[in-house]
Amino acid sequence: MEALQILERVKSQFGDRVLEISEKKPDPFAVVDPGAIVEFGRFMNEDPELAMDCLSNESGVDYKDRIEVVYHLFSYQHRHGAVLKVKLPRDNPSVATLEGVWKSANWMEREIFDLLGVNFEGHSDMRRILMPEDWIGHPLRKDFVEPAQYHGISTVRESPIVRLDTKKK
Amino acid sequence: MPLLNTLPDYVLTTKTDELLNWMRKSSIWYMLFGLACCAIELMHTGGPRADLDRFGAVPRASARQSDLMIVAGTLTLKMALRTRLLYDQMPDPKYVIAMGSCASCGGLFQLAYSVCDGVDKILPVDVYVPGCPPRPEALTEGLLKLQEKIMTERWLVRSPNAKQVAAA
Repeated sequence: MEALQILERVKSQFGDRVLEISEKKPDPFAVVDPGAIVEFGRFMNEDPELAMDCLSNESGVDYKDRIEVVYHLFSYQHRHGAVLKVKLPRDNPSVATLEGVWKSANWMEREIFDLLGVNFEGHSDMRRILMPEDWIGHPLRKDFVEPAQYHGISTVRESPIVRLDTKKK
Repeated sequence: MPLLNTLPDYVLTTKTDELLNWMRKSSIWYMLFGLACCAIELMHTGGPRADLDRFGAVPRASARQSDLMIVAGTLTLKMALRTRLLYDQMPDPKYVIAMGSCASCGGLFQLAYSVCDGVDKILPVDVYVPGCPPRPEALTEGLLKLQEKIMTERWLVRSPNAKQVAAA
């Protein structure tokens, strides 16, 4: 099934809760209601026409006015895929976990939490996965301010080229 | 007639310091410490073609049996704390080679939020080997430079402090 057909099928099932479907392009996506993401996931996983058995990627994007979580789904049975997005507010972004539908969501959601600070409700193990546990802040946020030091190690870059560059700004 | 000339051929003479240094430089055991892509070149250097073994340098899997730490790769802030811990576990005398751009100054990744730009921020470094990554020949040269440095060390010279202690 073509990706747009998949998204249309999802829209016929969920109606208004699909907020937006992109135009035709290599990787079309649907923006959906964050409150119903688990129902979306469960439907696309269990529906025999779609049978999305693989959450191949889950990622987060900071757009300065909002944070998006992007779900790349794939079906090994039908060899087709689709993309879902949810838009979240920048203050306390929070969305339900998809761990109950695809187990692979576990670590990817931990990574999004680590780097962007998105809280996944109902996640079994909501800890940092890459950064040290005592790290302050979420480094891929656009407004992340680097601390001056980490355990006494200065984070000021010593390279003279870098210093020239910062002077220009 | 100097006494030396009366000795048979098989008797060699040297200074104790130089003997100690010669033994030390000929058995530099380095710790397996690959952090990133430089580790591939480090393995290559230890392998049969470059063969660091011919200079007496063999890899050890434990910090407690190592004389040399070859920091091979990008040092992240998270790893920096562990690196310091491992360095503290090594017995004296101990040496550090910063292998590649990343370990020397942060290299390509120095502006990343997670990267410590240079291992010399947390450890004393003896030899810097430039390159991204350095070829096995370059790392071998770094080891030879370290051997030269070891040969200049003086262990048995009495420090002024020792004389005072002896007098008291």
